[in-house]
Amino acid sequence: MKLRLTLFGLGICGLVALYGTVIAHMPGPGKMHSPYSRAINKLCVPQRHVTDAVTAVNFDYRGFDTLGEEFILFASVMGTLVLLREAAENKGPLSGDSASEPRNVRPTEAVRVTALALVGPTVVFGVYVVTHGQLTPGGGFQGGVVLATAPLLVYLADDFKTFKRITSHALIEISEAVGGGMYAVIGAIALVLSRPYMTNVLPLAQSGGIASGGIIPLISIATGLEVAAGFVLLLYAFLQKTLAERESS
Amino acid sequence: MNPQTLLEGLILSLVAIAGGAVVLTRDPLNQALGVSFFGLMLSAMFYIFQAPDVALSQMVIGAVALPLIILLTLARIRRNTK
Repeated sequence: MKLRLTLFGLGICGLVALYGTVIAHMPGPGKMHSPYSRAINKLCVPQRHVTDAVTAVNFDYRGFDTLGEEFILFASVMGTLVLLREAAENKGPLSGDSASEPRNVRPTEAVRVTALALVGPTVVFGVYVVTHGQLTPGGGFQGGVVLATAPLLVYLADDFKTFKRITSHALIEISEAVGGGMYAVIGAIALVLSRPYMTNVLPLAQSGGIASGGIIPLISIATGLEVAAGFVLLLYAFLQKTLAERESS
Repeated sequence: MNPQTLLEGLILSLVAIAGGAVVLTRDPLNQALGVSFFGLMLSAMFYIFQAPDVALSQMVIGAVALPLIILLTLARIRRNTK
């Protein structure tokens, strides 16, 4: 015990010393300008007609990385679904039965009205974030999750039956696949014109307009579709499982 | 001391307090709520340090998606153990 405490003390002293030194030598917030950030800030408007440098990096300059990230997300959603589905088969006939959806405790009127009133603005805001990624902060990832919270609000306002009705399972699965595939296909447009994969070959349009950036807004929409669908799919699977088990127990 | 530095100091301490509170919470249910608040603070921090893109991602993932998935998982686990 003594030895452990001594070792811990030594370790924590070393950590504090090293960490303190690092922090003391760190440039202040906004003071650090790497050559890369300077180049991107200078180039992203004239070269890509895009006013949000972060989106230009994510969906164009390093678009291939983001394609990998998107498929990581795709694979994790699929993995979770497989895990939950296997459990459903082991449980017996009731859990997969859609005819007897369990009734949840009815939410109070205040919750229902607030949640329902928020659905519309949420959808609009989600679509805005997805489609304006090239102009203002945001893009497919963020907007996709915002969009996915709209059906969740409907679930809060009503019950799982309504949630299920608006998130028709097949359609969501198709959107998930189409969103993921569209990204890869957009990257391949350049291949047809015998340019490297993921080259921004589409017309760049007026900087500051919604169509500016060539492939960037298209990729943003594809990502938004995939993220929104993937998230709704996860929610669906989790809610289905949890509520079905609540019914059977 | 200019207001920006003051704001940065304030939000950094809030993040530290919220993060500490999440670690020190023992009940997973309370922890899920704490992590949501922590995510919100982190999002505000990114915004104050002028990274609005990251702030938006942090907001939707850290303050909404992560706590929700934790809550749903907890609900599933509790049902299984009963």
